Amino acid sequence: MTTGLFLIVLLGVAAVAPFLRKYLKHQAGWVYAIWPFAGFLYYLSLLPAINDGVIITETFTWLPVLGIDFSFYVDGFSVLFSLLVLGIGAFIMVYAGYYMRPYPMKGRFLGYLLLFMTAMQGIVVSGNLITMFVFWELTSISSYLLIGYYHEKPEARASALQALLITGFGGLALLGGFVLLAIPYGSYELSYILSKPEIIQGSNLYLPAFILIAIGAFTKSAQFPFHFWLPGAMTAPSPVSAYLHSATMVKAGVFLLARLNPVLGGTELWSYTLTIVGVTTMFTGAWLSITQVDLKRILAYTTVSALGTLVLLIGTGTEYAINAAIIFLLVHALYKGTLFMMAGNIEKKTGTRDLSQLGGVFKYMPFAAIIMSLALVSMAGVPPMLGFLGKELIYEASVAAPKAYGFILILGFLTNVILVFLSLRLAIGIFWGKEPSYTKTPAEPNLALMLGPFFLVLASFVLGLFPSTMANPLTSKAIMAISPGNDAIILKLWHGFNLVLGLSVLTLLSGYLVFRYQNNIIPAIDRINIKYFRREFTRLFFSMIDSFLILTKLKTKTLQHGYHRFYLMTLFVIASILVWVMIWRADPIILELNFSEMPLNLIAVVVLIIAASLSSVISNSRVIALISMGVIGFGITIIFIAYSGVDLAITMIMVETLMIILAMAVVYHLPKYQNFSSTGARMRDGLVATLVGAFFMVLVIQAGTSDLEAPISEYFKEASYSLAYGRNIVNVILVDFRALDTLGEITVISIAALGIYAMIKLGKKQ
Amino acid sequence: MESIILQIAARHMRPLLVVLSLVVLYRGHNEPGGGFIGGLMFGAAYILYAMAFGVNKTQKSLFFNPINLTALGLLVAIISGIPALLVGDNFMTGEWYTFFAQTAFELKLGTPLIFDVGVYFAVAGMLMLVMFSIMEE
Repeated sequence: MTTGLFLIVLLGVAAVAPFLRKYLKHQAGWVYAIWPFAGFLYYLSLLPAINDGVIITETFTWLPVLGIDFSFYVDGFSVLFSLLVLGIGAFIMVYAGYYMRPYPMKGRFLGYLLLFMTAMQGIVVSGNLITMFVFWELTSISSYLLIGYYHEKPEARASALQALLITGFGGLALLGGFVLLAIPYGSYELSYILSKPEIIQGSNLYLPAFILIAIGAFTKSAQFPFHFWLPGAMTAPSPVSAYLHSATMVKAGVFLLARLNPVLGGTELWSYTLTIVGVTTMFTGAWLSITQVDLKRILAYTTVSALGTLVLLIGTGTEYAINAAIIFLLVHALYKGTLFMMAGNIEKKTGTRDLSQLGGVFKYMPFAAIIMSLALVSMAGVPPMLGFLGKELIYEASVAAPKAYGFILILGFLTNVILVFLSLRLAIGIFWGKEPSYTKTPAEPNLALMLGPFFLVLASFVLGLFPSTMANPLTSKAIMAISPGNDAIILKLWHGFNLVLGLSVLTLLSGYLVFRYQNNIIPAIDRINIKYFRREFTRLFFSMIDSFLILTKLKTKTLQHGYHRFYLMTLFVIASILVWVMIWRADPIILELNFSEMPLNLIAVVVLIIAASLSSVISNSRVIALISMGVIGFGITIIFIAYSGVDLAITMIMVETLMIILAMAVVYHLPKYQNFSSTGARMRDGLVATLVGAFFMVLVIQAGTSDLEAPISEYFKEASYSLAYGRNIVNVILVDFRALDTLGEITVISIAALGIYAMIKLGKKQ
Repeated sequence: MESIILQIAARHMRPLLVVLSLVVLYRGHNEPGGGFIGGLMFGAAYILYAMAFGVNKTQKSLFFNPINLTALGLLVAIISGIPALLVGDNFMTGEWYTFFAQTAFELKLGTPLIFDVGVYFAVAGMLMLVMFSIMEE
């Protein structure tokens, strides 16, 4: 119960957050952090039990017929992610509560953040694929709202839309993948699917399911070639960048791949796809970050790079690689969350986040400088921070990987060199170096702004210092959960003198050298980028969207031409073709025309109707045509009365009368009658009319002679009074037996009336 | 077009037609009639008035707006389905209640009647909405 209940309350907090902000004033962030923090403590308290091998499952029935339930599955991997989502989330709430003070609609902003937190927490504890998909989509939607928070800025709206379209496209692919994955199992339950990987691996649905799920994961985790939306998303306020676009949401794709690793992993397709995409993303992200000057964009590109590393490691799939993936996930969440929050702090306190405008900040905010530098030390992979362990494991995984993976080692090395360089550049460039003139004097950020960075760095430090006692219990079950059969490696700070240590030292040295000569290197890289990487993915994306819009416009123009007579003709032709096919396939038509029982007066009425029909077609005057139509209508009314269809007759009288009045009101405004249509057009219209008229006639005759089994009219006759207490069967059917249909009908006529009203009123204005 | 005969007829016919439409609405359950026909009659009463006095004057004499009447009709029709939900039946199941049972005034009322009232309003509203906007031209 607890997992589900926790989510419901979290959602409730999100729902009331915008309204309570007014009363909580500036304490809102602290108050809203309470529930996520409680969740953090709860999952922390689960850790001993989880490490003993307990897996918690809960099920809330939703659509049992389809095998879709709200079910939850909490194992070591879910707990690790929950701790990140809720722990970092609690700090972010405190941070955002203060950070957003000067902006409007901060209550709503905090509500969106909590909504996102609910969605993300939902993903990591989902035990049913469809449950996971629902939460997955919710992260896309809440992220759209958060990226577009500064909605008065066009670039914020464009970035939000871009992120939504890409992750939404991925979400659709993911749903398809989930459905295909579930088909061979006949179940969406994760616990069942995870226990029997051989079912999907032996099925020919493996390939399509894998492709679709991979698209879902790659779009969400900003893998190449979908990486471009993530730097775009940096237009969001800093709390959003810190939370969604570094620590949690973008990891959803990685989470999914890791979660399904026991099921889908291990095949050649899996490892080739993931390693190639991962290594490309890893290097592209790092490479593109070198030339950036905007602090947040630098961090965004390094995030892309880190996500690539994670995908690469999961794809490699060896014992070392999986260990490295989990440790690096933790490392990255801790230092990247800190760095983004600090980026926000620096922007707030100095008024800029352009690297070329920053320098010498250390003397204004020494404490903040130390915290951020420690996070950068972790990013560079220097002991004793946890980042060191992460990098060591990645190197060990690359060294231990099969020979064909040699290029991964080289690109991984280069990526790490770039990270070392960036760490030096950010730390020294911002906190030391030449001091520009600031518009306002920078000051130390206050408690709310520093709480998150401080504790995250502290965690990184403590975990790095005591790896086997602190980091191992936290991660070992997560590692075993995503790759059964592999063990967690006992983490150590000191491995002795070996190749990996040599690589680490070489990385640091190279990073320093790049930093030393950056004034020569950066312009050179800039030139290469301009020369060879001119194609901007963002522009390509928007031109694709534009061409799609042109296509839909073309389609609309062809189908929605605006000529009422052609709409009618399309409708009639298609309907009569369909019905004629049915008639042709059905029993032969039996024409039993027997006029002998027909009273003479009715025959006279029928003759009158036929004559009126002819006159309405032939006549050269609209009024005469209308009157003829009226005669037809009233003639039919008489027939209804003769066969005791009184209800129909009354309705018919009303409708006919009103129709004539309506038509007269219109005719009054029409120009003089003229004959525009050519003979050919009239012939065509006549043919269509005959076809439609004839099929109605045949249908009526068929209905009279066909022997349908158990006509429903008998039931209505009986049930009308006994069940519905009404003697008027027609009315009982309308308002009781088929009330829902009637409701639909009156809705349709109301909408039609509104449409007519709008058309006439708007036409008048123009 | 001002016709004294039409105007006098319309002035007296309108209340009569409205009452008649209510009668038709109520008796619809057992005898010919119902919300649809009733609604058309109600609308026709006002259209007759509009033909005699013009749309503007008719609209001024109304204490409601045709759009709102349509919306009200839809609302009433939907609400009539809710009592069934409260009792535990499917949405829109007819629920019946007997008043003054065992007396001369025994009266059976059910949610289908409320639904019919909704149809009545919606049909009348949409008819007036369309007719008035066309006749105003």
